[in-house]
Amino acid sequence: MENQATHPAPERTADASRVAVRDSLAVGIATAAYGISFGALSVAAGLDIWQTCFLSLVMFTGGSQFALVGVLAGGGTAAGGSAIATAGMLGIRNVVYGMRMKPVVDRGGLLRRVAAAWVTIDESTAVALAQPEERSARVGFWVTGVVIFAGWNLTTLAGALIGDALGDTRAWGLDAAAAAAFVGLLWPRLRRFQAGAVAVAAAVVATITIPLLMPGLPVLVAAAVAVVVGWFNVFSRRSDA
Amino acid sequence: MTTWHIILLASAATLALKLGGYFVPAGFLERERPARIADLLTVALLAALIAVQTLGAGQAVVVDARVPAVVVAAALFALRVPFIVVVAVAALVAAGIRAFT
Repeated sequence: MENQATHPAPERTADASRVAVRDSLAVGIATAAYGISFGALSVAAGLDIWQTCFLSLVMFTGGSQFALVGVLAGGGTAAGGSAIATAGMLGIRNVVYGMRMKPVVDRGGLLRRVAAAWVTIDESTAVALAQPEERSARVGFWVTGVVIFAGWNLTTLAGALIGDALGDTRAWGLDAAAAAAFVGLLWPRLRRFQAGAVAVAAAVVATITIPLLMPGLPVLVAAAVAVVVGWFNVFSRRSDA
Repeated sequence: MTTWHIILLASAATLALKLGGYFVPAGFLERERPARIADLLTVALLAALIAVQTLGAGQAVVVDARVPAVVVAAALFALRVPFIVVVAVAALVAAGIRAFT
């Protein structure tokens, strides 16, 4: 243990790490809890319990998981291509997170690097980036990632068993629950005007194309809104600031 | 494609993307424009999924109990109610409307 009187810096580091652990547990437990809704919705979409648990173990990125089962719920295996593309595109942000986290957490062999990539998600990255120093950022990343991984997989299984027992999922409102889950994933991303504008435009494009395209495709077409707005950087008000 | 094929391909794709962040040298996605598009892509896809999940029924647009449930959900998220509670309330709203209409 550090001598607190003569080493103020390590003490500060230990404090920051304690705060990081506390943040990680709070975020981790809250996030893991909604694995229940994923498990139930996945079974409602027609996946079995093994398939549902496989997604939480291997895919392990909530947005892509909800999207995959959402598209399959609407279009069945015929919409498989769209389901894969949607899940994949939602996973692109994890590349950006990985590039940001690599200098902080990549300090070991190949196994540790693969483990870091595996638990690189919105929450582990957000907790790490919110820390004041590198050591606590590393602690925050790993504790958040591991807590969510363990919790998310347990709650997925619980949710899948519940969903399996429910039977008629429409009567239980699970289709509306799926829509609400996407609202929850989108909500924290709407702080900037440009994001809000893209969200509204994408929703309109998707709705208009529902009757025109195969199930699954309206979501992919709506993604083009992001490419156009992002490329030309329209609706950006940051330049004023 | 069977459901397992879809799950395996999609999981391989998302896992490869995660690994890509650590094994591919940083550069391309750190530039401003690609980073901005990656950010907005997430927003557009989630918004489109909300629309389809709320209004879609196969290739028809249907307004039913899902719409009020999603409006309630948005209001609760605005009030910072936890995710799992909001999702459960949304299901209850839709189930309640269907039970009494």
